[in-house]
Order: sequence, then structure tokens, then C-alpha cells
Amino acid sequence: MLARAIEVTRRYGDTVALDRVSLDIAPGELVGLLGPNGAGKSTLLSLLTGVRSPSSGRVELLGGDPRRPAARHHLGVTPQETGLPASLRVGEVVDFVRRHYPEPLPRDQVLGQFGLTDLVRRQTGGLSGGEKRRVAVALAFAGRPRIVFLDEPTTGLDVEARRSLWDGIREFHAGGGTVVLTSHYLEEIEALARRVVVIGGGRVLADDTVSAVRGLVAVRRVSLTSPVPLPVLPGLSGTDREGDRWHLVTPDSDRLVRDLVAADVPFTDLEVRPASLEEAFLTLTERSVEESCLLSS
Amino acid sequence: MSSLVLTNARFQLIETARTPIAVIGSAFWPAASMLAFVVPFAGSDPVAATYATASMVTFAVMSTNLFQYGVGVADDRVQPWEPYVRTLPAGALPRFAGRLLSGLALMAFSLLPVVLIAAFLTAATVSPLAFLTAIGVTAVISVPFILMGLAIGYSMPPKAAVVVAQVLFFPLAFAGGLMTAPGGAPGFVEDLAPYLPTGASVRLMWAAVGDYPLHMGSVLSLIAWIVALAGVALWAYRRDEGRRFS
Repeated sequence: MLARAIEVTRRYGDTVALDRVSLDIAPGELVGLLGPNGAGKSTLLSLLTGVRSPSSGRVELLGGDPRRPAARHHLGVTPQETGLPASLRVGEVVDFVRRHYPEPLPRDQVLGQFGLTDLVRRQTGGLSGGEKRRVAVALAFAGRPRIVFLDEPTTGLDVEARRSLWDGIREFHAGGGTVVLTSHYLEEIEALARRVVVIGGGRVLADDTVSAVRGLVAVRRVSLTSPVPLPVLPGLSGTDREGDRWHLVTPDSDRLVRDLVAADVPFTDLEVRPASLEEAFLTLTERSVEESCLLSS
Repeated sequence: MSSLVLTNARFQLIETARTPIAVIGSAFWPAASMLAFVVPFAGSDPVAATYATASMVTFAVMSTNLFQYGVGVADDRVQPWEPYVRTLPAGALPRFAGRLLSGLALMAFSLLPVVLIAAFLTAATVSPLAFLTAIGVTAVISVPFILMGLAIGYSMPPKAAVVVAQVLFFPLAFAGGLMTAPGGAPGFVEDLAPYLPTGASVRLMWAAVGDYPLHMGSVLSLIAWIVALAGVALWAYRRDEGRRFS
């Protein structure tokens, strides 16, 4: 295993950010970590990359404890693009990172591969959001890593830059590299990963192939206007109300509409659309809470 | 390893040098104190002016390091760059040593005006050999204050670091005998001072530039302070995980 978490719990004061999470990442995998903000993705990454230590449980990276520098010789990580030292030039930041590794990529190759050659003399504080993002991703690869952790690698990039970055990630993977990437976007995970780990509320909610997870999170949002309160409807995983406008989240929208008609609800302006990922996560989270309630009772 | 130290030092210096006001600011305060206190009150007496300059250098070494490292590190830690650097395959040592080197270089720059003012506007005199010794001693006595700053910076948030540095530096200066001529402080200060980092440091400086006798006790206590503060700074660095929320 290149990286693993074994029954890892991490608390911040009274808040439990990760709750007994176990995860194995094998060499050559391309794993997507998917989950809403605050789900525990960043905490899990910070444990696997040695920034924080678990409150209980164990993490391993390349066979060692990621808190020890020796275990991180073949690790690449993206910094948050907002965090680049503003007064340093792109070339200087790349060099600073390269010098930490035993066999880094040549500087020109790092710059060229991520389209940074023209920016080499620019101070990072003056770059656009997309340019900073490219620098951040380039830094993850500068040390010739065996495993990279990419946190939201293409957030804020335009379509073309995103595609070229995806190509770069695929190329690294094709050469035997292992990739763990986090994203808010199912689309990004679908484009790159084979395996998806869904994290919510500090737990692993699902760990499966992309298509299996897509099925899990395929819920729909049914909106309608009704002057009277709605009756109790089976199979709802979420309800939201703005005045007399109702938004219902359900895995089976056909059945919901039939139920509404059968119950003689005088609705107007019916609208059915795929739920957002956030809404889908909510469904998954609630389902896992129900399951654990069932198991414990 | 040593190349990583230089890498860290270089990048710290580049960052600082690109904010020139910070560099100028750190040079301004010791120079202004020299003009306000040493030149008018002790400037005409060669011995007093020399000792007073040595005290002022020690004072500047203490205050700039406490603030530069205490507040600077605490500030860095809440930036998102710091957790990223912790994922690079290097431990505490290169970062510590790099900060030390860059701090020494900046200090040399900020102390230059003090030395020039002492040379041209006061009667202070030192032999070339004593001057070289004093440069070496300045580097040595910077170490405990850099470590003290690092210990503060790595163990608390920026706002707390500012307060702690401010609360520490005046009593340390007074109780170490920096505000008075050698032997001229109140009795309890004279008794206590050799064992404080400030007092032990300034005694080493006085011995370097004048006839002040070197006390073994204060030299040993300075070494003990360096070891103890290095321990605290390392401990604070290791337990630090960046920003803390609860």
C-alpha cells in the first residue's frame, strides 16, 4: 500500500472531523475523494501528508509515518493557491520546492509541462487565480513523486486549462504514478478517477467505482407550488420550503409525482431536475445515519 | 542538509528584502535610540560610550529577534503556505537553521547604523581585534533570542505573540542591566542579571569591547539558556499543526 489510514479519528476540541476512517491506496491507483465542504476531506489529506497527527488510529505513507520527513521523499502535494508566498517569483518558488527532493524534475520541465515558462519572472502575488492554480499543481509534481495529493486541482480554471491539466494528471498516472484528488465536482472525478471515495460527516460513506457511486448519488429534486401543506410523502430524503414553493429531494421522482397526484395535491409549476452533488451527499449522509441507527437498535 | 539550510535562508532573505520598509524599520529603532540616549548622555566619555553602545547592541539584538521571530513566525503559521511546506521532505532543522541565518544577516544590517553612530558621534573606541570579537559575540548572543522568538512564534497565535513579546522584552532588558552602566544597576538586578539571557549576553559584550571581567557563571547560564530555549522551540515546532480550531 502506498498510503493507508487505519481506524483514524481526528478531533479538533469537541468537534470530530474524522470518525474511525479506514482507507487503503494501492500503487498506480487514481482515487477521487468526493464530499461537501467540511466533510473531512482536507483533514484526511492533512493526516496522510504529515501535516497533522491523528487523535487515534494510524496513518502510513510509503510504508512509514508521514510525520517523518523520510517518508515524504516521494510525496507531492498542492498548496492552496492563495498561500503562495506573494513576493517570491514563480521560478524561485519552484526551485525552493525542488531543492527539498532527492531527484527533482529539471526546472524547465516543471515550468514547461504546466505552461509556466512565460511566468517564471513574475511574483506569485501578481498572478491570476488560474495561473496560481497551475503553479500550485506544478509544485506537486516538481519532486518527481510516486504519489500526489491534489486538493481541488482545477477549481477556478477555464475549460481549456482544466483539460490540459487533466491530461497532465493522466500522463503521470499512465507512467505508474498514484494520484489522490479531492473535488467538489463529480464531473472532475468522473473524468479522471476509477475509484471514488465519498466522505461526509467525517465517515467514508461509499468507496466504489465511479459508475456505482454515480448511481448512489443519483437523486432528483422535485419543485412545485402548492397553496396547501403537503401530506406525508414516503421516500423523501430532503424537504425545503420557500413560502408556498416546495423543493423535495428523492431517489424516485416518478413515484413521488404519482403520490402527489394520488393525494390530490393542487400543485402548479412542477419541475423535476437532477439534484446537485451537495443534495446527493445529504441523502447519502442521512442514509448512513439511518443505517447505523438500524444497526445499533 | 546544509544546502537546504541555505535554500531556506535565501528564500527568507529574498522575501524580507522585497518588503524594504521592514528592513529599514528594523534598522531605524536601534539607531534612533543611540541618538536619543547614548550620544547626549554618555557620548563624550570613551569608556561609558563604548559600554553603552554594547548595551544598545544587545538591546537591539533582543528586541528585533523577539519581534521578528515571535511575531513573524506566528504570522507565517496562519498562512496557508506553512502547512504546505510541512509536506515537503524536510524536518524542523533546515527551517530553523535557515531562519537563524537569515535573521543574523538582517541583524548585521540593522546594527550597522548603531556602529556608525558610535564611531562618528561618540567617543567610543575599540581595538580592531575587540571589534571582531564583538561581531562574533553579537552572533552568539542572537541565538538565545532567536530561539525565544521561535518558541513564542510556534506556540501561540499572532495576537498573543505580540503581547508576550512586548511583556517579555522590557523586564528582560531592565533586569538584565541593559538600561544601566556596568555595576550601576540596583543591587538585586546586579545579583540576578548574570543569570538572565539579557544580562549574560550584555556581560559577554562588555567583556568583548572593554575591561569588563568575564564571569564563568554568566557564560554557563547563557549556554544553559540556549539549550533550554532550543528545547522549547523544537517542542513547540513539533507539536504545532498550524492553525488550531476548536
